[in-house]
Amino acid sequence: MKILVPIAKVPDTTSKISFTDNNTRFNPDGVTFIMNPTDEWYALVRACELKEKQGGEVVVIHVGTPDAEQIIRKALAIGADRAVRVDADPTDAYFVAAQIAAHAKAENYDLIITGKETIDYNSFQVGGMVSEMLDWPCVSLVQKLEVENGVATLRREIEGGSEIVEVKLPLVVCAQKELAEPRIPNMKGIMSARTKPLAVVPPVEVEKLTAVISYSLPEKAKQVKLIDKDNVAELIRLLHEEAKVI
Amino acid sequence: MPVLTFVEISGGKIKKASVEAAYYGSKTAEALGTESLAVVLGEASGDELATLGQVGIKKVLHAADARLNNFDSGVYTKVVAAAAEATQADVVALSFNHNGKLLAPRLSVRLKAGYVPGAVELPQFNGSTMTVRKNVFSGKATAIYQVTTPRKIVSVNPNSLSPVRGSGSATVEAFTPAISDADFRVTVKGVDKVVGEIPLTEAEIVISGGRGLKGPENWYLITDLAKEMGAATACSRAVADVDWRPHHEHVGQTGLTIRPNLYVAVGISGAIQHLAGVNGSKVIVVINTDPEAPFFKAADYGIVGDAFEVMPKLLEEYRKFKAAH
Ligand SMILES: Cc1cc2nc3c(=O)[nH]c(=O)nc-3n(C[C@H](O)[C@H](O)[C@H](O)COP(=O)(O)OP(=O)(O)OC[C@H]3O[C@@H](n4cnc5c(N)ncnc54)[C@H](O)[C@@H]3O)c2cc1C
Repeated sequence: MKILVPIAKVPDTTSKISFTDNNTRFNPDGVTFIMNPTDEWYALVRACELKEKQGGEVVVIHVGTPDAEQIIRKALAIGADRAVRVDADPTDAYFVAAQIAAHAKAENYDLIITGKETIDYNSFQVGGMVSEMLDWPCVSLVQKLEVENGVATLRREIEGGSEIVEVKLPLVVCAQKELAEPRIPNMKGIMSARTKPLAVVPPVEVEKLTAVISYSLPEKAKQVKLIDKDNVAELIRLLHEEAKVI
Repeated sequence: MPVLTFVEISGGKIKKASVEAAYYGSKTAEALGTESLAVVLGEASGDELATLGQVGIKKVLHAADARLNNFDSGVYTKVVAAAAEATQADVVALSFNHNGKLLAPRLSVRLKAGYVPGAVELPQFNGSTMTVRKNVFSGKATAIYQVTTPRKIVSVNPNSLSPVRGSGSATVEAFTPAISDADFRVTVKGVDKVVGEIPLTEAEIVISGGRGLKGPENWYLITDLAKEMGAATACSRAVADVDWRPHHEHVGQTGLTIRPNLYVAVGISGAIQHLAGVNGSKVIVVINTDPEAPFFKAADYGIVGDAFEVMPKLLEEYRKFKAAH
């Protein structure tokens, strides 16, 4: 089975977020970048597990600038066999999806596994877009994935529960928690990652569908109203009369 | 040209998130001086669909094909795109809920339409340019997105706005797009729904517990109040990780994102990864023994106190309140 895993580079969750150029640009100064958690913990690890059990190849693809090398090497250390970096500074999700779809069209994948969303723009777009570009089925918010004889059985989250679905490959899967257990790369993985192939390819041309024109930070921290623990009735009164939520 | 909202049905009823989306679509249509339409896939009663008129929908296109009862992103994309073409809709609206999150990006590709996911406000229009605000960096900031493509797609974050219901009634019209069996590629084998409980993402009130509750045997402190208030229950990741509570209750960056009207956090420290999943809630109440707990900085109301003392009192006071109202 040949599996493609797109990986994104995102600011670490604990990073302080700020903007420059009159709030039109994200300020990367002093920010630590990491592999997007759902890509790493669930999509990549599940892809590696499937390959280790059934044979095949796991390829990671990253659309971005050369400074992502460390993140790509980490993906190789976790267990991917080779990597492709599309050398571009992505402008929007549509651009990223188009690069991934172009690569996927040129190679014969059975499965593409993405994380459900990135923790920077939280937009849940790339997996769905790639599937439409390839005219493949896609299942999102996936918590379980097994593949047998070219058919995938998946559990996906729905409102208030889950649903079991079956789909013939090829398929795009958007992964979330429970799909796999995060892996810490071992020494052997880290050593071999250094020599695994990393191909750098130019981007295909894509039109721009959306743009971010400005950012803003929350105006001010909320001011909490403290209520004495011996006067709980006051909380009920405030929730009813002031906040009007009960 | 009109605004078209994708509306979902579950168990014969319009999903709450879709009512919000329809209202959002109607408000957008109002701003554009155009008509608000909806498209519904799968079987549903005409009476139920007509109620969309209460949130401003004039006409519902109903693709009542039973094969569409289950969500399959590929064929749903085909049908909704066909409805957008048939009605020449300029804007397609939908909810940023479970299915909307996958349907919208596919539609964006199929219709070559710029898409803004998870809007938190109504869009603004200037000529053929649309701008709209969304949350970014897991709730730590917001961004204004601009779309200049002729057709636009926008999904609205659940619980971002409260629909005001009027008295209208929508007309329902059959919609029969050209789809074949080959378009159906996802087969549903089974559904596992937590019955009798309120789905967390749809709940107006959520009572949530953390490690401060010391063990699963103490969860009655959470569930008793939740039952009394008609609320859903949630928990921190630390709690789900040690199996005190089921994983589907875990909220935060790696769990569910929720935006209820009221979120009550009991014995939860308020780590940034937890806040990422709940900081869109309208009102946050924090109950914690530690006055320095970071959650107090994100709260509207707080009680510094022991959950084992405060929660039984809260239950008692709420019962009194309920009896009086
Ligand atoms: C990458 C990453 C992703 C993560 N994703 C998530 C996520 O999605 N969701 C999530 O929740 N966490 C997530 N976490 C974990 C998060 O950082 C915290 O560790 C977790 O939220 C802590 O859970 P807690 O507040 O229940 O426990 P604790 O941090 O142990 O806090 C317990 C709180 O209870 C209070 N307390 C103790 N006794 C009482 C009492 N008797 N009455 C009242 N209060 C009491 C304490 O003062 C304390 O504030 C993530 C972490 C990482 C690194």
